[in-house]
Amino acid sequence: MSDLILSSNLTHADNFYANLVAAHDGLEKAESDAFNARLVLVLANHIGDSAVLKQALVAAALKQE
Amino acid sequence: MSCARKGRETVNKIFEVPLYAYKASPDQSAPEPVRHKVIVVGAGPVGLAAAIDLAQQGIEVLVLDDNDKVSFGSRAICFAKRPLEILDRLGCGQPMVDKGVLWNKGKVFFDKRQVYEFDLQPDSGDQHPAFINLQQYYFEQFLVDRVRELQEQGAPIEIRGRNKVEAVGTHPDHVKLEVETPEGSYTVEADWVIACDGAGSPMRAMLGKDFVGRVFEDNFLIADVIMEADFPSERWFWFDPPFNKGQSALLHKQPDGVWRIDLQLGWDIDKEREKRPENVIPRLKAMLGEDVKFELEWVSIYTFQCRRMDQFRHGRVIFAGDSAHQVSPFGARGANSGVQDTDNLCWKLKLVIDGKAPESLLDSYDQERIHGADENILNSTRSTDFITPKSRMSRILRDAVLDLSEHYDFARPMVNSGRLSVPCVYDGSALNSADALSGPAQTRPGASCPDAPLGDGFLLPKLAGQFTMLTIDADAPDEIEVDGITVKRLALSVKDDPTLTLKRRYLGDAASAVYLIRPDQHVAARRDTYEENTFRHAVRRATGKE
Repeated sequence: MSDLILSSNLTHADNFYANLVAAHDGLEKAESDAFNARLVLVLANHIGDSAVLKQALVAAALKQE
Repeated sequence: MSCARKGRETVNKIFEVPLYAYKASPDQSAPEPVRHKVIVVGAGPVGLAAAIDLAQQGIEVLVLDDNDKVSFGSRAICFAKRPLEILDRLGCGQPMVDKGVLWNKGKVFFDKRQVYEFDLQPDSGDQHPAFINLQQYYFEQFLVDRVRELQEQGAPIEIRGRNKVEAVGTHPDHVKLEVETPEGSYTVEADWVIACDGAGSPMRAMLGKDFVGRVFEDNFLIADVIMEADFPSERWFWFDPPFNKGQSALLHKQPDGVWRIDLQLGWDIDKEREKRPENVIPRLKAMLGEDVKFELEWVSIYTFQCRRMDQFRHGRVIFAGDSAHQVSPFGARGANSGVQDTDNLCWKLKLVIDGKAPESLLDSYDQERIHGADENILNSTRSTDFITPKSRMSRILRDAVLDLSEHYDFARPMVNSGRLSVPCVYDGSALNSADALSGPAQTRPGASCPDAPLGDGFLLPKLAGQFTMLTIDADAPDEIEVDGITVKRLALSVKDDPTLTLKRRYLGDAASAVYLIRPDQHVAARRDTYEENTFRHAVRRATGKE
């Protein structure tokens, strides 16, 4: 079972962040919500590993276990 | 599903003719209550299947039904491969397949556009298609025909129409029923009672048993329309279509030019109003097009719940079908799972009645079919949550899946318009022996046997109705007796099936295999070679003796 990577792993963190924000430029709230939902699904499929995805759901909740 | 019995426009027909009209029985004037071996309460698909199964095994069975006709309206319409295989064993699978509409393809629409189409691709090597569509009234009629055929052959089976069970008395060794008829009431007894009296089961209520689960706050309009239309024999499902904004819709073909239409209506509606033809017809025109000519055959509005009883067996009263468990209609898991209940139950009851297995064998019916019911409830609940999102965010995610599915293959498995019924694998059943073959997972202990073509027919009909030792390129005796149960061998070789389906499904990389197959065609045990001691243990285990 692989572990979810929670240390820095992006090759160009600033670029990705800027692109993510830019992707929402000009979108209404509903469109942004829909975009985010699609993005999560695309990334989840890329990860594939259900154990990693489970850890990601926990990590994103920001609750201390 | 609870089907209202109003709102019908024009009807033929089969569901108006009494198929088992009331006739006085000598039981009604007997000085003492007459004792029957098994009484089945309810002559729906599940009750009739149970009765036929028992009668074919020579067990005397009486079916009591409060009505005298087949079901009103099409109701259950989608029958899966596994029930068809079971019906073959009951002697009436082929007429159903011949009458039914075969389909493999489907289309999914979202808003105004088609997002994808699918092909269930019939698994080659099977005698039967993945599904047929057939109105429940035909399904029941074929079963009643089979009952009549068995009666002509002298089988101990009887149906009594307009015999309504009004009271139940349970005793350690029998059950007493108070039965109401047009000519008054009478008392009758049975060693065993199988309650197949539907989701609203009066039997369950009379025994005071719980039936808890989740209610879904939604209404669905269900309509059978007769039309000459060019729509293909496919399952079409719409999410949020222009003709039913914010809701869903389903179109499915049945025999005789009848089409099933399901329209989600939401929760806060006036049911009586929505059911009126002047309100139904405009909805259907918006869906089918202004020019399409159609006639309404049957209209109903239903709500549904997903729930089950804590236990299906209560002493000598055993519940099967919707009386024991209820699911949403998405996935065709109602009648299909009910028929699988009876398939699981009847051979066990036969062994117990014959004194060849302990009564505790019947507890495995509870264990295995509750496992099946939970799987069905889980699947149909998930489908329902996808079709009718209950929060703002679940709708956003649902719509995201649909939007992605139009462009990318990966999202399509997440689209859930109903996970269609597949046979349950009894993993972890007390009747299974540990898997001792490094063979394919699909034939592990607990699984139902997949079919395979053999030169002169198919595999499954050769495995029907009794314990079988299936050997593939393995030596074994032709017959073995274990505590009065005879297990006959079916000796096969991979050479018997040039398509190699048999090898693929039963051997995998193994060179040989010996399977113990239960009378309901589920695998009880397997290993690579015959070993008498282990095999005897497996038979004892599969009959509740270990």
